[in-house]
Amino acid sequence: MTRPDTTRPEATDREAIRYVSPLLAVTGPLPEPGRVEAARRRVRNAWRALRPLTTPLGIALKYTSLLIAVACAVIPLITVFMAAFKTREEFATSDPLAPPGDWLNLENFVVAFTRGGMLQGFANTTIILAVSLVGTILIGTMTAYAVDRFDFRGRRLVLGAFLLATLVPAVTTQVATFQVVNGLGLFNTRWAAIILFMGTDIVSIYIFLQFMRSIPRSLDEAAMLDGANRLTIYARIVFPLLRPAIATVVIIKGIAIYNEYYIPFLYMPSRDLGVVSTSLFRFMGPFGAQWEIISAGAVLVIVPTLIAFLLLQRQIYSGLTSGATK
Amino acid sequence: MAVVTDAFSARAEKATGARRIGAFLSRGQASGPGRGPSRGLPITPWLFLVVPLGLLVLFTYVPVANMVWYSFTSWDGLDPVKEPVGLDNYVRIFTDPEMFKVFFVSLYYLAGAAVQMVLALYFATILSFNTRFRNFLKGMIFFPYLINGVAIGLVFLFLLRPGGTLDALLAVVGVAEPPQWIGDPSLVNVSLAATSVWRFMGLNFVLFLGAIQSIPNELYEAADIDGATSWQKFWFIIAPGIRQIIGLTTILAISGSLSVFEIPWIMTSGANGSTTFVIQTVQQAFQFGKFGLASAMAVVLLVVVLVITWIQRRIFPDEKVDLT
Repeated sequence: MTRPDTTRPEATDREAIRYVSPLLAVTGPLPEPGRVEAARRRVRNAWRALRPLTTPLGIALKYTSLLIAVACAVIPLITVFMAAFKTREEFATSDPLAPPGDWLNLENFVVAFTRGGMLQGFANTTIILAVSLVGTILIGTMTAYAVDRFDFRGRRLVLGAFLLATLVPAVTTQVATFQVVNGLGLFNTRWAAIILFMGTDIVSIYIFLQFMRSIPRSLDEAAMLDGANRLTIYARIVFPLLRPAIATVVIIKGIAIYNEYYIPFLYMPSRDLGVVSTSLFRFMGPFGAQWEIISAGAVLVIVPTLIAFLLLQRQIYSGLTSGATK
Repeated sequence: MAVVTDAFSARAEKATGARRIGAFLSRGQASGPGRGPSRGLPITPWLFLVVPLGLLVLFTYVPVANMVWYSFTSWDGLDPVKEPVGLDNYVRIFTDPEMFKVFFVSLYYLAGAAVQMVLALYFATILSFNTRFRNFLKGMIFFPYLINGVAIGLVFLFLLRPGGTLDALLAVVGVAEPPQWIGDPSLVNVSLAATSVWRFMGLNFVLFLGAIQSIPNELYEAADIDGATSWQKFWFIIAPGIRQIIGLTTILAISGSLSVFEIPWIMTSGANGSTTFVIQTVQQAFQFGKFGLASAMAVVLLVVVLVITWIQRRIFPDEKVDLT
């Protein structure tokens, strides 16, 4: 951005209106010329007062603050990363800020994978992730299709029921959801997590609903004239066209499921059913003070997220802004 | 982003602000081609909806209804008989100081949320102007939000433990006797709230950045022609442009600070006076078998969240908050 030009000669009144109005249009209608002058004077004074902040000093402060932010983000992660490669004795004697002696010491990772149950955790997470994602996509697209493309009694009620449910924070209802899951005989099975991830995801439905509206209805109608039934239209026309929305849902839902702790913690306490989060949480017991192994476990969990982020940055940013509120 | 607001418009249809959801709902009323009884059986849409609606009712509405019912009983989670006790559970939540003190813990997280929003707004603003390494910095600030909560808990336990990274860093600058970040009851909530800020700031930052960048470029260009400074651009262009998202984030911060669970649970299990409202609810239900009391606490939290959302709808009534 170019530095503001302070030497611009005084403009005439007419010009003033032209210059100022786009700014003022944000806050209100075009004011009269006299008020424009007053507003300009105010702006000019304010800016003279704040001028030091756009000088080299201000720029230095800006980059310093960014540097501090990066340090705050990175240091906690880097030190854990380094600790994961240290041997037991090395960890006990070395400074937390010192790098490991041997970057190829993978001993801690082996222990985390085997004795720590991370292998099991990744397997369970993968199963739950795959099944719940397929389920979420089918449920979300079917709901969006039914609500957007049909006219039927109770349509408003159905839509209202889904939207109202977004207001109920899942964290509050678990006390009673537990009884439902238990009553269905799903407690301590992978199905508990799968069905909860599928059944309580209203944000996905909302994303599909929003996207569905941009698919021209004439496509449905043309297919219908060709004799296609509703199921064919859904499966052959609408579903493939929803692909971008499906990608968004897969990404934000995938990250959410991978990171979920509360649901597996409540519903799948069995050791064999540990997912990534709960397996890692269990490190705190047996490995109590063995920070080098706990660090290795944390690194194992963080690395897939880092890879996904580096590959899918753009989609993650836009996906999160569309589904962040739940 | 519009999820919360629109859900409310669905209920308050008469309100002037129900535009977006109104558009959704009224679509079906239009008798365009492809609608009407001649096309398909009236039961067809319900075939598509039976599974989604079944799950919705089973895992959202049934639990809410049951929760309200349990909250008026002294049920222990096992007994086939649920003994009604009237309002006893609710009275206890608001009178027993043991129960009530968890609300004060929320204040730490609320303060943390305020700090978090200010930081997020600051970084979103400076990164929305020309800055070197912009994408790299954006990624750096945002990435913590994506990390698994348990991993974050462990990373910060490692950072804050006695003789850990933070103490080592402080030793470098000459602080010989650092406090017990987790062990000291007067500090533990500050440490945990700071961890929460570290975790969630990236989300606020990206939401703010998205809102700032959706402001039309012509406004900045016009401001440049006028010779406006970055500060003026912030006050006259950015601030009005992101009023909505700030409002929404504030509301989410308030309800979020009441529903804090993961970070304190993972890092301290609620020890040292770091028990939050949700930790207490979970403990009452699943450790002490007091499902009646826990349900009443959950109902209180639900009502608070609903009221806060309703207030948000009143303050920011009809403009849409949609960043996509």
